[in-house]
Amino acid sequence: MSDNKPGLRVLRAGPLAMLQDAGRFGVRRLGVTQGGPADLHAWAWANRLAGNGWGAAALEVALGGLTLEVLCDSRIAVCGADLDATLDDAPLPLWRDLSVKRGQLLRFQQPASGLRAYLAVAGGFQAEPVLGSVACVVREGLGGHDGTGRPLAEGDELCVRAAAPRRATGHEAPAGTRPDYCTAPTLSLIPGAQVAEFDGASLYAAFNRPWQVDERADRMGVRLRGPVLRCNLTRMISEGLGLGALQVPTDGQPIALLNDRQTIGGYPRLGALTPLACARLAQCSPGTRLRLKAVSAEAALGDYRRFRRALR
Amino acid sequence: MRPTALPRLESAGQDGWLIRLFDAIDEANMAWLLALMRDCETALGDSLVDMVPSYTTLLVVFDPERIAPADVRHQLWQVLAALRPDHQQADAPVRELPTWYDPGVGPELDALAEQAGMTRDEVVECHAGTTYQVYALGFAPGFAFMGSVDERLVMPRLSTPRKRVPAGSVGVAGQQTAAYPVASPGGWNLIGRTAAVLFDRRREGFSLLQVGDRVRFVPVTQTRFERSGGDITPVREA
Repeated sequence: MSDNKPGLRVLRAGPLAMLQDAGRFGVRRLGVTQGGPADLHAWAWANRLAGNGWGAAALEVALGGLTLEVLCDSRIAVCGADLDATLDDAPLPLWRDLSVKRGQLLRFQQPASGLRAYLAVAGGFQAEPVLGSVACVVREGLGGHDGTGRPLAEGDELCVRAAAPRRATGHEAPAGTRPDYCTAPTLSLIPGAQVAEFDGASLYAAFNRPWQVDERADRMGVRLRGPVLRCNLTRMISEGLGLGALQVPTDGQPIALLNDRQTIGGYPRLGALTPLACARLAQCSPGTRLRLKAVSAEAALGDYRRFRRALR
Repeated sequence: MRPTALPRLESAGQDGWLIRLFDAIDEANMAWLLALMRDCETALGDSLVDMVPSYTTLLVVFDPERIAPADVRHQLWQVLAALRPDHQQADAPVRELPTWYDPGVGPELDALAEQAGMTRDEVVECHAGTTYQVYALGFAPGFAFMGSVDERLVMPRLSTPRKRVPAGSVGVAGQQTAAYPVASPGGWNLIGRTAAVLFDRRREGFSLLQVGDRVRFVPVTQTRFERSGGDITPVREA
């Protein structure tokens, strides 16, 4: 399409930077995972501040190490983790929109707080959808900037869709919408699935004892370390897994399943973390302490609707 | 108190319901699950985000920005009240997976023969002589869990999974059989390899095998396997 133009060039690729739209839907029955932003909250705000509607593709930058050259004058917004980002060596403000000029350098260095930053550009990044989405899933080889599920590499160029006429910059996310990733979070979990099959002491421990984020954490899932949870079920038939499903394998240590999770699984589950709890968890580095809190689906949905309304 | 009545609706988060239809794996389940998927699609229309069928359950994911969970629940109960099995799939042609059974590409073929007290050829005949049904797709795009394997060929997964199972590998694990769409780690007992392309993003429907499909493995010679583009490189043990 002639309206699209190269927007950014990768001068140095970090460990994992990739395009994510809202995710890949309608094909999970084929074993294809959801994908999409690990931190839905920061991704949505980056798009909102760049003037994009829900679902535009933005860049998810995990852990930094990324240097980008701006190829055309644009309006951008960076939300989420503080990766010590700079624009031409000056600190880059987060959670607000700003103008960048051709030739400027954007750097994401290393995490100061949180793990994943989201860079949205006015108009959104352009890429060919695969199975209906540009969400990049490395394990499945689907989506991303070139359709193959490959994260960004040195020399890659990202195309930008033509943006609507620009408004003045200077829009900021309201103070209450910017999480402090350094505090120990309490994650909301909607009990369900096999929760009734866990013994009482395990249920008490699950919601009253602290948990710690394990080193084994990625876009598929995050392991938690803490009290051993026991379930009466020993064998289970595999069933569909929603986002945030908290499954407990035989070692009794739960795994929160995130965007790139397997589509079905046969371990008992306590229920599901809410999408906003998953977003918060995606910013927790190994060793982070956290707590789980049981909430009703109605209360969770109330929070979610407030989040979506604030974006309008 | 544990609820036992089926079907049952279980909360699956703020935007999902899990419909539990059965409590055991059975070929007859699939006609009900296929009908349920079709009717959920009709009932929920644009509010439906995704569905994940699996053996005995259907996970229904909806868009809470368009419809309230209670309304979805109400509609699902209406669907369930009127549900009739869809036997169409039973009349659909059986899908065939041409498979080269060989110890080079199927290193557990001989162990399986030894366990069953059969010759290698009898194992092949036994595995290829069953018409399987696809119960679920998962693990990887296009990876179809099929059952049920003849009880003489039932063997647990490898205690140490292989780091890399080549694409097209055909294996058994417990009462199930499957073919790997792409190279991946895996713990199934390998007995052969198919040249069939199991997942293709350019194909209508993407996956060769769909939930509810009936499938048969058809033994082919090495020559025919190679002519169809099959890779004869033996499985490398790490």
